[in-house]
Amino acid sequence: MSVEILLPAMSPTMTEGTVAKWTVSEGDKLAPGDIIAEIETDKATMELETDEEGVMGKILVDAGAEGIAVGTLIAVILEDGEDASSIEGVTATIHPTPAVPPTSIAADAQDLAPKPVAAVPQDDDIPDDVTYKNMTVREALRDAMAEEMRLDSDVFVMGEEVSEYQGAYKVTQGLLQEFGPERVIDTPITEHGFAGLGVGAAMAGLKPIVEFMTFNFAMQAIDQIVNSAAKTNYMSGGQIRCPIVFRGPNGAASRVGAQHSQNYASWYAHVPGLIVIAPYCAIDSKGLLKSAIKSQNPVIFLENEITYGYSFDVPEMDDYTIPIGKAKIVRAGADVTLVSYSIGVKFSLDAAEKLAEQGIDAEVIDLRTIRPLDMETVIESVKKTNRVVCVEEGWSACSVSSEISARLMEEAFDYLDAPVMRVTNEDVPMPYAANLEKLAVVSEDRIIDTVKSVCYKEGDA
Amino acid sequence: MAKKPSPRKTTKSGKPAARRKAVKAKTIAATDEELINYYKTMLMMRRFEEKAGQMYGMGLIGGFCHLYIGQEAVVTGIQSTLKKGDSILTSYRDHAHMLACQIDPKLILAELTGRITGISKGKGGSMHMFSVEHGFYGGHGIVGAQVPIGAGLAFANKYRKNDNVSVTYFGDGAVNQGQVYESFNMAKLWNLPVVFVIENNQYAMGTALARASSEVELCRRGDSFKIDGEAVDGMDVLAVREAAQRAVEKCRAGDGPALLEMKTYRYRGHSMSDPAKYRSKEEVSKMRAEFDPIDQVKKRLIEGKIMSEDDLKAIDKDIKATVSEAAEFAQNSDEPDPSELYTDILVAE
Repeated sequence: MSVEILLPAMSPTMTEGTVAKWTVSEGDKLAPGDIIAEIETDKATMELETDEEGVMGKILVDAGAEGIAVGTLIAVILEDGEDASSIEGVTATIHPTPAVPPTSIAADAQDLAPKPVAAVPQDDDIPDDVTYKNMTVREALRDAMAEEMRLDSDVFVMGEEVSEYQGAYKVTQGLLQEFGPERVIDTPITEHGFAGLGVGAAMAGLKPIVEFMTFNFAMQAIDQIVNSAAKTNYMSGGQIRCPIVFRGPNGAASRVGAQHSQNYASWYAHVPGLIVIAPYCAIDSKGLLKSAIKSQNPVIFLENEITYGYSFDVPEMDDYTIPIGKAKIVRAGADVTLVSYSIGVKFSLDAAEKLAEQGIDAEVIDLRTIRPLDMETVIESVKKTNRVVCVEEGWSACSVSSEISARLMEEAFDYLDAPVMRVTNEDVPMPYAANLEKLAVVSEDRIIDTVKSVCYKEGDA
Repeated sequence: MAKKPSPRKTTKSGKPAARRKAVKAKTIAATDEELINYYKTMLMMRRFEEKAGQMYGMGLIGGFCHLYIGQEAVVTGIQSTLKKGDSILTSYRDHAHMLACQIDPKLILAELTGRITGISKGKGGSMHMFSVEHGFYGGHGIVGAQVPIGAGLAFANKYRKNDNVSVTYFGDGAVNQGQVYESFNMAKLWNLPVVFVIENNQYAMGTALARASSEVELCRRGDSFKIDGEAVDGMDVLAVREAAQRAVEKCRAGDGPALLEMKTYRYRGHSMSDPAKYRSKEEVSKMRAEFDPIDQVKKRLIEGKIMSEDDLKAIDKDIKATVSEAAEFAQNSDEPDPSELYTDILVAE
């Protein structure tokens, strides 16, 4: 009986890949462990081995073919003595039972990642005649670093696997080749130590970009971030600056369980002396990371593993930056304001589309910067809509949403026609099981139900 | 360090037995002028700390206040080997390090009293003081946190390809913090020009070295990282200087890091609120009588007929006057204006 080779998921968030190369040809004999192809994912190029003994019967996808969905039938291996005629007519289709079951967030990403995400209203100061380039958030972040490194020799990148490996999530891809190992520095796995070392280098006037492989690991380093980076300017009466960027993916990825799925935005936003940025789209990722690197202050720059692969149009402009501390209305609406950031913006925009079909016109605000919070933009929106739902891919207790609720009560009470509601992840450590994870993470449906409840529409939750 | 002294009395003495291994100065190669300078510097530290202790007792200084009395030879000897462009940083026991950096005692004492004329505008306090101008990078309140930062200062020197050195001081308590070893590893991996100086004053707050450390030969703490360490008689300013010269030159030559264990002793409690019941009065008296760093230099000055008793008394009088003047300044300066509450949080951009 022939063996079907499906394109496997090679990372928790992989939804598609490229068959970079076939290392065998049709008719070749295969033994278990033989490498049959090289698969390029959004993060790395990996070898695909066969577990089977047999003969390569049919290769269904050309080498170099891009955007092959996980689960697609890419080759068929014939067992000894099996006749090639048995597999005539087989084509590269997505297999009805994918090699890896689609997972909660990854499944969402799978639906959405391949197509460019709808263009969001742009910042005012982009000239009309500028050209745009479609790029992923990942590429935008890399370009931001590369541009700033070209502009200022004091800027350098350090972290685990940022250099020779090209970044655990490929965000620093190509930087070693352009800037060399003295400016793109692989560190030992020693977050507390290299965060502190970066702080010292920043105090001496350099401009380090410290990558945490994920912000989950930055908990090891949080003393240096809070006690050293954030407070020293104040404690020194303004003498010691700490122009450093701590960046890396934050929030839930997919199926990586409780210790690797957490949103730290409110942890850092709690601390005076830090700037906290959590962009959603590529243009903001690039413009805000450039602003963060130029800043004289310590910046926590929270990325998101799932949005790394999302594509957006980014203006081709020299040294284009986006100001820190300014929220952006990404969808104008009249009936209710959805306030969110990072991947929460994606959930909010999708919910807004569905709400529009039901006659509710939602405005969506992307906070972009979490500290300082741009309450002015939020309050201006509330004056128009009189209703607010905060959307956050993270826990609700003491969250950014909690802060917004409190600030609205203090500063915009008279404009509210309904309680400010928070739609967040469930108050549990992130479960591993696909169904439970889906239940734990904020969803479009919950946003829609909550919006209806504050608009006093039928179908209330 | 924001910890209160343990009420528990310890039975095991932190007898400075390990001192026997410490390297003594091989030669007294100091010039008369150098000896006089060391004497003045150390006496200034001693008188300054005594005054700080008095002012604490009068309620003029708040919070924690950690005195350096007894340890003066360490920072004095090391500082004498440094040049402009080098940087130092230490823990919360930082007053003397600032004096060694030639920072005006008025600015330090006014910070201790929480006044706007203090070096951090009264917003840092005893444990959090800095002066970029003088190459002093703190003043760090979290035990061990200054160690990676010191490695980072050294990293910046290497990045800029200059020959400046970072001297990173920490105590025998901090040596058990993980981030110290994370820093050792990176410092050696990247040959950073950093001199790690362990000021082993025998007690981490109230805990004698042997009660908290499996390896009490602290100069060996770099062994796993291939960092050669040296134990030094930290009560003898000339022994300190000699060892520091070797360490600093090694770092300047691009062969860093270096590690020095300074065997020293503090006469006072961990902080002003520590009754120091974990050691005997006799132990302290013996150290004062036999190993006092200032007396050792004084003896050399007298025996070498470099200075007379009267000369030394005159120096003491001058120093006391300087310290009193600083104390007046610190008491008579204004507290920060309430508007300072919200300044210096972020750099305005």
